[in-house]
Amino acid sequence: MIVNQVATQVYPQTLAMEEEPKYPDLSEAERKALEELMPDEMSEIISNGIKRRHFLKLFAVTGTSLLAANLLGIEQLMARSAPVEEQAPVLIENSVAISFQINGGTQKLTVDSRMTLLDTLRERLGLTGSKKGCDHGQCGACTVIVDDKRVLSCLTLVATCQDKRVTTIEGLAAGNELHPMQVSFIKHDGFQCGYCTPGQICSAVALMDEAKNGDASYVTANVREKSKSLTLSNEEIKERMSGNICRCGAYPNIVNAIREVHGDKAVAQVWQFADGTI
Amino acid sequence: MRAFKYSGASDHATAIRVVSANPTAKFLGGGTNLVDLMKEDVMRPSELIEVTRLKYSTIEKKGNGLSIGATATNAATANHELVRDDYPLLSMAILAGASAQIRNMATNAGNLNQRTRCTYFYDVNMPCNKREPGTGCGALHGVNKNHAILGWSEKCVATYPSDMAVALAALNAVVHIEGLNNVTRSIPFGDFHRLPGDHPEIDNNLKHGEFITSIALPANKLAEKSYYLKIRERSSYAFALVSVAAALETNGNKIKDVRIALGGVAHKPWRATVAEQWLTGKEATQANFKAAALAELKNAKPLSQNKYKVRLATTAIIRALEGAMQGGIYGAMEEESMTTNKN
Repeated sequence: MIVNQVATQVYPQTLAMEEEPKYPDLSEAERKALEELMPDEMSEIISNGIKRRHFLKLFAVTGTSLLAANLLGIEQLMARSAPVEEQAPVLIENSVAISFQINGGTQKLTVDSRMTLLDTLRERLGLTGSKKGCDHGQCGACTVIVDDKRVLSCLTLVATCQDKRVTTIEGLAAGNELHPMQVSFIKHDGFQCGYCTPGQICSAVALMDEAKNGDASYVTANVREKSKSLTLSNEEIKERMSGNICRCGAYPNIVNAIREVHGDKAVAQVWQFADGTI
Repeated sequence: MRAFKYSGASDHATAIRVVSANPTAKFLGGGTNLVDLMKEDVMRPSELIEVTRLKYSTIEKKGNGLSIGATATNAATANHELVRDDYPLLSMAILAGASAQIRNMATNAGNLNQRTRCTYFYDVNMPCNKREPGTGCGALHGVNKNHAILGWSEKCVATYPSDMAVALAALNAVVHIEGLNNVTRSIPFGDFHRLPGDHPEIDNNLKHGEFITSIALPANKLAEKSYYLKIRERSSYAFALVSVAAALETNGNKIKDVRIALGGVAHKPWRATVAEQWLTGKEATQANFKAAALAELKNAKPLSQNKYKVRLATTAIIRALEGAMQGGIYGAMEEESMTTNKN
């Protein structure tokens, strides 16, 4: 996509950061995850964010249980989006200056008017949790929450996000606590390859609010009957999650994960990892 | 995507002025259709002006009816208590369309302004009179199983995909519009969208630069017997093969007022006036529903691959009317088609 190439050429922001590594304060969980697993690559990760090769190495070295034990720290590290150094917009046709909230912080950027929110998150802000699946609003992998509503970041021009609050998968955890929906997806194996998962989780989190508001769906028996705090059936959850496609077919586990967060104790599963973690 | 100028509208008069002054400028609502078509290089506006922050998102009682703001989202509209109470047909239809994410983004005016389209329209390597007038219609003798069976022309056989609009057609909605210099006008819903005729490139009767401000729903006594039936190839998040918005007002078992509109069969929401006239004043029986549906579909002209739609539409009309008579409860009419899908 042409837009991305231009953006990459114009904003070599990671380069600028490498010359001057910074050591921001780490949370306990982050420090633990780093020190135990990869002390040699700590500075690189802190300044540039965690990369795929780090993650793969980490996975190979530690195995699943230790990885799970440090998941929170890793999650927090991945949520770190290195502050973007704004540079003079060279070669940008139709540039738009915008400012919006992203996972609790403010970002100010100058973007090409064509930039979608998804490309901005991934290519400019280093928040690669939101995934590009179809890029045409058909798969839901790019789902994020804007002003408390789930939307498709691939069809959202970032220029329209002025002053809005954007929450991505990286922003769901509260401090050291994973979001209950994240915990439940892990617990119920609500994924296989994981590509659609950030979108599924963001969608499911917003869905919980919609159920609390008493919003109706196509399979709601009678839209004229209104009540707050709906209890959703499997059929309701499936219909309401139909904008998120899972190519691996993890749907039954996704539905179970959502049901547990939704308060259904019947689906709470009994197994755990050998070391007692979730 | 091609380059375009972007601005956010501070007031609607400015937005109208900006778009009116540039023949290739467009209003930008939720962008769920327009941005996608721009990515595909099907639509190529040189300028977008974003209008979702304008104060046209109110849903309120007006006279005996309801006024629905142009920039309210589809989700907000479907879940508004006045809509759910008095126009459940509209809630059901909106909720049948797209996905939760898209309904959160899409505006009501944008829903009406989405393009009538088919796969040939989307594929810039294929001929399409709607995309490039004069290039021919690829679907007419091509892959046309999802295409129109009513009201099509040699120039275009695409169908209009909106569910919301099918309900608005049945509800006798009126589209309120403002143009340059505060000139306002309104268009009855049946006249808003167009059949393809010789100009399939024009989907509706809005003039360039005209801005939809609201959609008015007149009062009716149909709320208790309203039903939206959507038939598609998967049980959610797909366009209709055929959909039916059906609503009745009865006196005893005698039909006083009946509204039937079809989606997925024509270039615009198809108001089944033949069936409506046939039924008015008659008993609400399955036999009468069937006779009315057959009368409506008598004029259907299926293409090479979509003869099935004639029978499907006939059956769907009967089922939708039955569903409306049973109080518009979801599940009543879906039962047989859902047997393999139930939990």
